[in-house]
Amino acid sequence: MLSRTASSLYWLGRYIERAEFTARLIEATIRLDLLSARPAGEGAWESALAVVSAEDSFWFTGESISPDSVSRYLALSQQNASSIRSCLDAARSNAKSVRTALTREAWEAINRAWLGVRDCKVSDGTPAALAMIEKLKAEARGFEGALHRMLRNEASFFVRLGAAIERADNTARLIDVKYHLLLPEGEKVGGPIDRDQWTTILHTVSAVTAYRWLYREGLRPGHVVDLLVLRHEMPRSIAASADEVVQNLNAIGRRLGRQGEADRIARVRQLMINRSTVNGIIAGGLHEFLQAFISDNARLDQAIAQQFRFQ
Amino acid sequence: MRNPAFDEVWGEGGDTSSRPGFEALAAWIAETPPQEFDRRQQAAEAAFRQLGITFAVYGEDEAAERIIPFDIVPRIFSASEWKGLKIGLEQRVHAINAFLSDVYGERKIIADGIVPAELVLANPQFRPQVAGVRPPHDVYAHICGIDMVRTGPNDFFVLEDNARTPSGVSYMLENREAMIRLCPELFEMFPVEPVDDYTDLLLSTLRSVAPHGRGSEPVCVLLTPGHYNSAFYEHSFLADAMGIELVEAADLEVDDDIVWMRTIDGRVRVDVIYRRLDDDYIDPLVFKPDSMLGVPGLMAAYLRGTVTLANAPGTGIADDKAIYSYMPEIVRYYTGSDAKLPNVETWRCREPQALKYTLEHLDELVVKLVDGSGGYGMLVGPTASSAEIEAFRAALKAEPHRYIAQPTLALSTVPTLTEKGVAPRHVDFRPFCLSGADGVKIVPGGLTRVALREGSLVVNSSQGGGTKDSLILADRPRRRGAGPEPLRVGAD
Repeated sequence: MLSRTASSLYWLGRYIERAEFTARLIEATIRLDLLSARPAGEGAWESALAVVSAEDSFWFTGESISPDSVSRYLALSQQNASSIRSCLDAARSNAKSVRTALTREAWEAINRAWLGVRDCKVSDGTPAALAMIEKLKAEARGFEGALHRMLRNEASFFVRLGAAIERADNTARLIDVKYHLLLPEGEKVGGPIDRDQWTTILHTVSAVTAYRWLYREGLRPGHVVDLLVLRHEMPRSIAASADEVVQNLNAIGRRLGRQGEADRIARVRQLMINRSTVNGIIAGGLHEFLQAFISDNARLDQAIAQQFRFQ
Repeated sequence: MRNPAFDEVWGEGGDTSSRPGFEALAAWIAETPPQEFDRRQQAAEAAFRQLGITFAVYGEDEAAERIIPFDIVPRIFSASEWKGLKIGLEQRVHAINAFLSDVYGERKIIADGIVPAELVLANPQFRPQVAGVRPPHDVYAHICGIDMVRTGPNDFFVLEDNARTPSGVSYMLENREAMIRLCPELFEMFPVEPVDDYTDLLLSTLRSVAPHGRGSEPVCVLLTPGHYNSAFYEHSFLADAMGIELVEAADLEVDDDIVWMRTIDGRVRVDVIYRRLDDDYIDPLVFKPDSMLGVPGLMAAYLRGTVTLANAPGTGIADDKAIYSYMPEIVRYYTGSDAKLPNVETWRCREPQALKYTLEHLDELVVKLVDGSGGYGMLVGPTASSAEIEAFRAALKAEPHRYIAQPTLALSTVPTLTEKGVAPRHVDFRPFCLSGADGVKIVPGGLTRVALREGSLVVNSSQGGGTKDSLILADRPRRRGAGPEPLRVGAD
């Protein structure tokens, strides 16, 4: 397989995952905003920008922070390279250049999602934004379904590898936002606002029901961290994403007959997560743990690019 | 206005009786209900859109990908018509390769005074960089698309030789697939020669011209400018059908005059490149230095003979419109006999007599830029406004060497589905000729382009033309005796 083809498939996986994550983030932020008392609701939009590291770039648009302006920026802005629209543009462009490596269903799912977002003018108000997000989530599910019907060869492994790397990054950023999202003065840890904020995080990764299944003692930050960082059975957890990266690298390595630096980094990371405990992570500082994980993930991304000659 | 042109089905007698041998097709056209034609046409276009058989029109929004309109009524050639064309095409392609070999070698044709030296050596399509280089088996134009028109029962003319990177062959193949699915009864009625082995022939042609000593499994790739190119669909279609990699310049690197492609498993040596990129863009070190589409060092590898480029750099000199006017002399010079496929009469405006004639008859002639393509930069005298004619007159006087002129031909018509039912529309025809180590091969078929507007002679897809399937009838009995009777389902 051409290195460019592999690179396009990998980034295709990343961009679709990023678009879907951003959609979920907007949805969860709307929820937090609506449920919370002021000023915590307003703070939710700032924190949404913080999750995707877009505070500065949003500031440059000159707009003030409001539900409409931030959700529009995150969903549709062409100035925002990580907006849903920009991600789908990039995903479609990648898919088109490697059309023959994808099945028709996979291509059509991407093309349909792209057409749907391209025709959205402005997300006018909350109901329109929510409708678009529902549609996008459905398209992303359709793409994942199509992906599972592709031949289990390098093409599908590279798409899944990209998606897993992106998912690990997104989940880590999402949990880390609790660090940025300071409780309003006078609110106490474990109080209603704090609880809403943690619930929102669970909503973003569709984990509210899963949480209730696993933990019977009500909402506790430690449990949320356990679920989203260490639980292998939670599909969007950091541990599950790290497992998936290892599995896909293994599958590619088996077909090529050799492995490299990326495989090594991925396995060390997997081991490190398996040995961690919630108490240990919190004692060492959750923020520091997540920041280290995010830069580790970026290093792994670089190693993958190098190992398969993406440039 | 009565159709004054020769019709491929109805002959010269209008639409009352068909040409001999075409009764069955005429009956099929007459007896298929118009709604049925509409339904099938729509089904074909829906299928093309879903498959993404699209082309991008330059100057339009990037998202504006169009499908080329497909017409369900096919064009048919009899076995004997095709036999004559095939012999003529083989002769012409043979002469084109001999001409290229000569002008980049000994230049005997110039020394013998057949073609003026400055027309070759000062031609923008001439590539002095490849003078003296002999490609494997002396093949330059591995893939040629020869544009032909017809004006009467036995009057076929070559309108243009496309020896650089001719496109359209994917439509030949896809149109046939659509026809087999949508009009299976035609294939019961007629013994149609198959075209589907074109991609196998193309691959074996490419392999046959690999550099000597590169083994029995040379690595062939198709080089595309990328997915923004208007013909990208065709590039990916052909690479897919041949099972070879579709590469962009960034996928290739040249090291010590050897071309490699970058794969996830390491570097793989490339032996043959079917390039769909013009000369000007293939190597920024030799041609346009600002080209981002090219591979630095590719020409050095080619000159060293470690890689074959198809078509070879410099083939453009053979399809230049000024050289075209010399093709009858060129064919005679290299083959020793007269061209079996004549040219359209052509005035070379660089010659004072021809210029004078052209200026006096602008309203009757078609005037073309010698280096124009795609229907751009041309004047169709009889339908042009007086302002357009005056603009061309000024341009001709200023730079006469850039133009040729031809009579406005009464291109043949083929019945075509229009908004007002089936009606004659003008067509041309582009068969695809492959030249390899073992001679010239031509699949029995080609791309018929049709001018969809009534009376229009411009068939280019960029100017709103469409395409038809081109059925070549085999010299053998029908597979089944369905005959001209309309199909009856459930009859006793």
